Amino acid sequence: MDKYLEIIRIRFLMMLAYRTNYYTGIIIYIINIGAYYFLWKAIYGARGEVEGVSMVQMTTYIAIAWMARAFYFNNIDREIANDVRDGKVATELIRPYNYLLTKLMQALGEGLFRIFLFSLPGMIIVALIFPVNIPVEPELWFYFLVSITFSFIINTQINILTGLSSFFLMNNGGLIRAKRVLIDVFSGLVIPINLYPLWAQDIFKFLPFQSISYTPSMIFSKAFSYGELINALVMQGVWSLILILPIQIIWVYAKRKVIVQGG
Amino acid sequence: MHSVSVMLQYMAQYIKTRLQYRANLVIEFVSDLMFQGLNLIFILVVFGHTSNLNGWTRDEIIFIYGYFLIPFTLFISFFNIWDFNDRYIVNGELDRVLTRPVHSLFQVILERMELESLLGAITGFIVMGFAAARLNISLSLTDSLLFIPFVLGGTLVYAGIFVMIASIGFWSDARSSIMPMIYNIGNYGRYPVDIYNKAIRFVLTWVLPFAFVGMYPSAFFLHKKEWYTYAYLTPVMGILFFGLAILVWNTGIKRYRGSGS
Repeated sequence: MDKYLEIIRIRFLMMLAYRTNYYTGIIIYIINIGAYYFLWKAIYGARGEVEGVSMVQMTTYIAIAWMARAFYFNNIDREIANDVRDGKVATELIRPYNYLLTKLMQALGEGLFRIFLFSLPGMIIVALIFPVNIPVEPELWFYFLVSITFSFIINTQINILTGLSSFFLMNNGGLIRAKRVLIDVFSGLVIPINLYPLWAQDIFKFLPFQSISYTPSMIFSKAFSYGELINALVMQGVWSLILILPIQIIWVYAKRKVIVQGG
Repeated sequence: MHSVSVMLQYMAQYIKTRLQYRANLVIEFVSDLMFQGLNLIFILVVFGHTSNLNGWTRDEIIFIYGYFLIPFTLFISFFNIWDFNDRYIVNGELDRVLTRPVHSLFQVILERMELESLLGAITGFIVMGFAAARLNISLSLTDSLLFIPFVLGGTLVYAGIFVMIASIGFWSDARSSIMPMIYNIGNYGRYPVDIYNKAIRFVLTWVLPFAFVGMYPSAFFLHKKEWYTYAYLTPVMGILFFGLAILVWNTGIKRYRGSGS
């Protein structure tokens, strides 16, 4: 276990060394939040609420959805693909740690860095610019933190699955891009899931994506009833367990299939 | 004439390299389509809850988006200069470019083009055509004649802005992450500028004139008379910004010293 904690620490410090790259990152997220804020403002127009969600709640939703994304988002799919392409994966596999678990821990180090040096200051700036409503109830914050932890796990598992495809595809850049788009649309980042038509919502219920962004953002913007909240958290837990299965199966086949291009 | 033949040869080489990984190329096409679909889904879902956006109907917004895709894909296909600073200045690739008898910017653009992105223009035409059919828009001869300068104007606005940002690399060593920032602002140009406040509207019109890529020229084809003046300015803004960008580039390239490795 110690070695994995060390991996988290090293990645955290590595990110800290390059922190200047992140200041512009915060501005980019604020630009995106602004774009959706103005769009939703025009959509709301004179109306008080849409589907039971007020404009302030919607603004809070957009803001927290982007700031939570900074935490759960990572590039380990690309990192795995690069390891495979450069042939580095061969040495990674003989090292005394579990390769996938190491990747997960590196992602966690990155996520922890971003939550403290990106999301937190970012959210403060956003709260100064846009009319958001930050909850003060401690239990709400607790549920929110539990929820984004699951978001991180599920998103990282999906990234690992995408990354593992590089063992079979040689060049999976397109797949990585497709996955990113898929998650941005169906996770609730750009549109809260409850605004989709009902038939679409029924399909999303059977997919892990809404556990990534919709659940924590709805909790934070107080748009969930208590029952919905518990239900959504349980779903997140279930998905983080289910996704272990395909990863383990594909991992077994992937290790057999290692093809090192060049090297 | 010479530059045309250089361009065609670069293109031929490019296509050969892309066809090496065919499966990935297909997935890239699909992911591009999905990305363009994402914005369309957003518009469709939103208009399930409202009938107009500040006086613009759903089909009008879809029309703007479809139109926007055409200059935008022309831009991303031919001006893929995101990593100019890292690749050409920090790694010193520009040394090689400068020894050749073709304008440096032209070479950089040809080396980095991504022709497969052009498919997005077809998506744009389909989306725009679909919206135009629903809106019963008839295109007169003058409309169709103006289409090309409008599209090229929008492309040049984008190109001008990003060539200028890339040129910052000649003056400053700092890794510039300003590019993705401006890129995200570009998305504001896909929607009617009257949904934004005055300050943003001013920026989108005169400072980072992304409104000329999508919204202003579309307003012309949608026969919204109040925006005609802006629409006519599209090619002017394009030439102005791109001309300025070449000037900045040419000044900057004289300062290039090479990275020494």
